[in-house]
Amino acid sequence: MGKEIRYQMARRAAREITPGMVVNLGIGIPTLVADYVPETVPVMFHAENGVLGTGPSPAAGKENPHLCNAGGFPITVARGASYFDSATAFAVIRRGKLDMTIMGALQVSESGDLANWIVPGKRVPGMGGAIELAEKAGKVVILMNHTDKEGNPKILRNCSLPLTAAGCVNMVITDMAVIEISPRGLILKEVFPPFTIEDVREKTEPDLITEYTVIAPQEGKL
Amino acid sequence: MASRVKPVDKLMTVDDALDLIADCKSVMFGGFGGVGNPPTLIDGMLKRGIADLTLIGNDAGFPEIGVGKLITARRVKKLIASHIGSNPEAGRQMTSGELEVEFSPQGTLAERIRAGGVGLGGVLVDTGLDNSDVTKGKKIISLKGQSYLLETALTADVAIVYAKKADQYGNAVYDTSARNTNPLVAMAGTMTIIEAEEIVETGALNPEEVVTPGVFVNGVVQSEGVNWRWVWERK
Repeated sequence: MGKEIRYQMARRAAREITPGMVVNLGIGIPTLVADYVPETVPVMFHAENGVLGTGPSPAAGKENPHLCNAGGFPITVARGASYFDSATAFAVIRRGKLDMTIMGALQVSESGDLANWIVPGKRVPGMGGAIELAEKAGKVVILMNHTDKEGNPKILRNCSLPLTAAGCVNMVITDMAVIEISPRGLILKEVFPPFTIEDVREKTEPDLITEYTVIAPQEGKL
Repeated sequence: MASRVKPVDKLMTVDDALDLIADCKSVMFGGFGGVGNPPTLIDGMLKRGIADLTLIGNDAGFPEIGVGKLITARRVKKLIASHIGSNPEAGRQMTSGELEVEFSPQGTLAERIRAGGVGLGGVLVDTGLDNSDVTKGKKIISLKGQSYLLETALTADVAIVYAKKADQYGNAVYDTSARNTNPLVAMAGTMTIIEAEEIVETGALNPEEVVTPGVFVNGVVQSEGVNWRWVWERK
């Protein structure tokens, strides 16, 4: 996936963040989301290794190797930040204090099931904190490629991979579209040009509700 | 008024600590992605040839970082952790059957360690019920209309911990996000050894700032600091 597309997805995900939220960003594209939250929107970013209030990356040479995000990359802290142990980090999640989690996925089903921790026989990285985040965050936003490397849909009627958690995903943002998972089914909210509604339909296994679909306006360059 | 009684001194050499660790079958470690893993004790364990270990901790580190070095050197037969995604060598050993891995969701793992540390037999957890690998073999308990998994407590023969500062009694404070699992692990060992970047006289720490009370600690050793290159430094 190209850099521009990654930024487009991160920028779109940032628009889901409203003032006062507590948000956990996963490894990879989700980490980029912080760069697109306007400074006028107060938000506390949570890192499950024990920080609430993570800030931007430090300048080169200014890193404290002990002060990292959950992906192991150096961070700074924002005003009002706190450090705590892992039990407290997950208390924040389990007690419903986390308003939103933004993470990656291997597959998502039309009922919001999430598969992102194992490819049996191929890749067994373990679940890390994904189960607690997916089950307990107020809103679960998935950032992923619309299809796998072979071009097969990753948004499916039912996940074929073992589930991380069931019925937890609220929104999927891909390189092609923004899809909301609702009790009525999958609502195609936005399509990113140059793709069309038909393109997205073709690459999505379940039916899509398209009565509200907008073609996302081209946003300004970075 | 200052007391004239000499405080308990748990300071020991790294060699003394390794003598103790060498007799242990299970080792619990503090740290998250290598951050907060005790580097000097891990290197000592490598040099001593300590092997056949059951390791318990958040993750498998990286192949050349933290506890990952023990796995790369094939000193570990079983690992209880939340993920091994950052250590492909652990994945390889798991696939080939050399390394047994038990996965626990990260928050559940923290609570299992905490339960061990506070003297409980286990905890009731309502996360992971949709994940067949997590529920496998576990008792489900119904309480007030809600289902919970019975997750058992974890302890180990020895807990190894990395602190920013400790006094001779073992009172310890941590550095920023290197705290992570360390205070939980510090309480869950049958024996606990703290590797500290800085060791101060007992009494020098403000009781208000102590995170791990020294009563849980059996030994304090001086750290030589991190001797690996972090992933973000390799560019």
